[in-house]
Amino acid sequence: MKELALMKGNEVIAEAAIRAGVDGYFGYPITPQSEVMEYLMLQKPEERTGMVVLQAESEVASINMVYGAAGTGKKVMTSSSSPGISLMQEGISYIAGAELPCLIVNVVRGGPGLGTIQPSQADYFQATKGGGHGDYRLIVLAPASVQEMADFVDLGFELAFKYRNPTMILSDGLIGQMMEKVELPLQKERVTEFDQSWAITGKTKDRERNIITSLNLDPDLQYEHNLKLQAKYKSMIQDVMFEKSDCDDADFLLVAYGSSARICQKVVEMARSRGKKVGLLRPQTLYPFPSDELARMARKVKGMMAVELSAGQMVEDVRLAVNGKVPVSHYGMMGGKIHSPDDVLKALEEKYIGGY
Amino acid sequence: MEFKEITREENLVYKRTPLMTDATLSYCPGCGHGTVHRLIMEVVEEMGIQEDTIGIAPVGCSVLAYDFMDVDFSQAAHGRAPAVATAIKRLWPEKFVFTYQGDGDLAAIGTAETIHACNRGENITIFFVNNGIYGMTGGQMAPTTLEGMKSSTSPYGRNSETMGPPYKITELIAQLDGTHYVTRQAVHKPGPVRKAKKAIRKALELQKENKGLSFIEFVSNCNSGWKMTPNDSNIWMEENMFPFYQMGDIKVDGKLVKG
Repeated sequence: MKELALMKGNEVIAEAAIRAGVDGYFGYPITPQSEVMEYLMLQKPEERTGMVVLQAESEVASINMVYGAAGTGKKVMTSSSSPGISLMQEGISYIAGAELPCLIVNVVRGGPGLGTIQPSQADYFQATKGGGHGDYRLIVLAPASVQEMADFVDLGFELAFKYRNPTMILSDGLIGQMMEKVELPLQKERVTEFDQSWAITGKTKDRERNIITSLNLDPDLQYEHNLKLQAKYKSMIQDVMFEKSDCDDADFLLVAYGSSARICQKVVEMARSRGKKVGLLRPQTLYPFPSDELARMARKVKGMMAVELSAGQMVEDVRLAVNGKVPVSHYGMMGGKIHSPDDVLKALEEKYIGGY
Repeated sequence: MEFKEITREENLVYKRTPLMTDATLSYCPGCGHGTVHRLIMEVVEEMGIQEDTIGIAPVGCSVLAYDFMDVDFSQAAHGRAPAVATAIKRLWPEKFVFTYQGDGDLAAIGTAETIHACNRGENITIFFVNNGIYGMTGGQMAPTTLEGMKSSTSPYGRNSETMGPPYKITELIAQLDGTHYVTRQAVHKPGPVRKAKKAIRKALELQKENKGLSFIEFVSNCNSGWKMTPNDSNIWMEENMFPFYQMGDIKVDGKLVKG
């Protein structure tokens, strides 16, 4: 039977984590995502499933706890918001370098610096281009609803273990704070069914010791390791996810993820009511990015507009995918302000459809 | 006496623990790290806990500790070993988890993780090798570098007025309720080596009994960084380091030792 609830996005992340059979959560409070750890603590997950929840002394400590815990081969995660995620970058680079699976949730707020606690999508570059030092990528999932906050926890772990790579859920303060109806996932047993042959579980007589490290002092070995990582990142394209709406006959295409995609759904509706053929492509994975689909769409539409709560970050990937075939513009509010469907429609009309 | 006669089996009084690997130690000849490694592995062997032991290597001279000790290991980012150990122990409460850290790692960049792991009383063991210098990066000043001591970033000697004085993080964490056993040891002579080994055994036994955090500081030499011969560095250490970093137990059974 379906289990329906009315919940906040942040609370759903926490509930979905318990239900996904997560073994450990390590976090540090920061607005607008503190409800994740608050909800976990309130739920007594140590009694519900035996899950470990620990409030660390900093984001630096919490991500390094995730690094240590991920090395045991168990399902572990953290969550934070933009400034906290910046603090975690060294640790995330180590996790990617050591090829460990884990889930990191970023409920993005406006920046730079301490910025604002209002929603933003300005951490796209940081999330999709690596973020920390060295050549690495995260698997990046972009939920556009409270339902996807629930569903992407399990999916995030599935992909993290498939590729032995950190997955980031790139949400924002809007999705994190809003309440919606959600169908909760079923409770999974807290059993790690994944391959632990590489993990630190204690060296038994029948195997060599396992070592979790991202260090290769020999440049030849580090080069080989980088080649292996790059091949892995490239192969992730098989798991690209996106959603298209009203694209079949579209003259103009909006490209948006997360909360901007929700706003753009309304924009499409409004444009269509005025007889303008506008469609929406919503990437659900930002890495891997739906470049091939955008290249295909570039042969069918007259122009595209990336709509993001930033100065224009994803728009660069859209332009790379389209490779000059059609004009690609950007529209977006910054610093915690949210564009309305009217704002977006006006920008689209001014750019492509000849104004009001 | 011929070599063959000397090496007869009945003359064997000591051999390397099999828990030390065949890899050539990366430490400078004369350095104390190798001795501390060996003592930890001897205790792990004697307690029969190789299958249940997980080590955390730091950033610094002992970054490659996992090449030498034959147990499962996780390398950690600079200073973060106590956070890494915390999480591993929380997920594997039945395992023996230890960190192995130097003074720059534990007492400078990792101060927050050290203090908070100690304060939470994580049931882990911290092995802290204090040689008063950053060895790996070429002999820079550490938080534990003595007043007046020369290093590559205090070439005229540490000036406490501008650089801050050296501090005793071991006495500091002993004040925290979460620490159960805190002691300072050395490994430069047979006597101290025997005492240090007993301390290591005690710390791991306490972990078995879930007593909370055990912390062992080893005051050690860095003959390369100090620009001395190994022997001179040990003499200098006794004359200069030991008066400031005094040998012996600081906290036993959760109670500060009066002295």
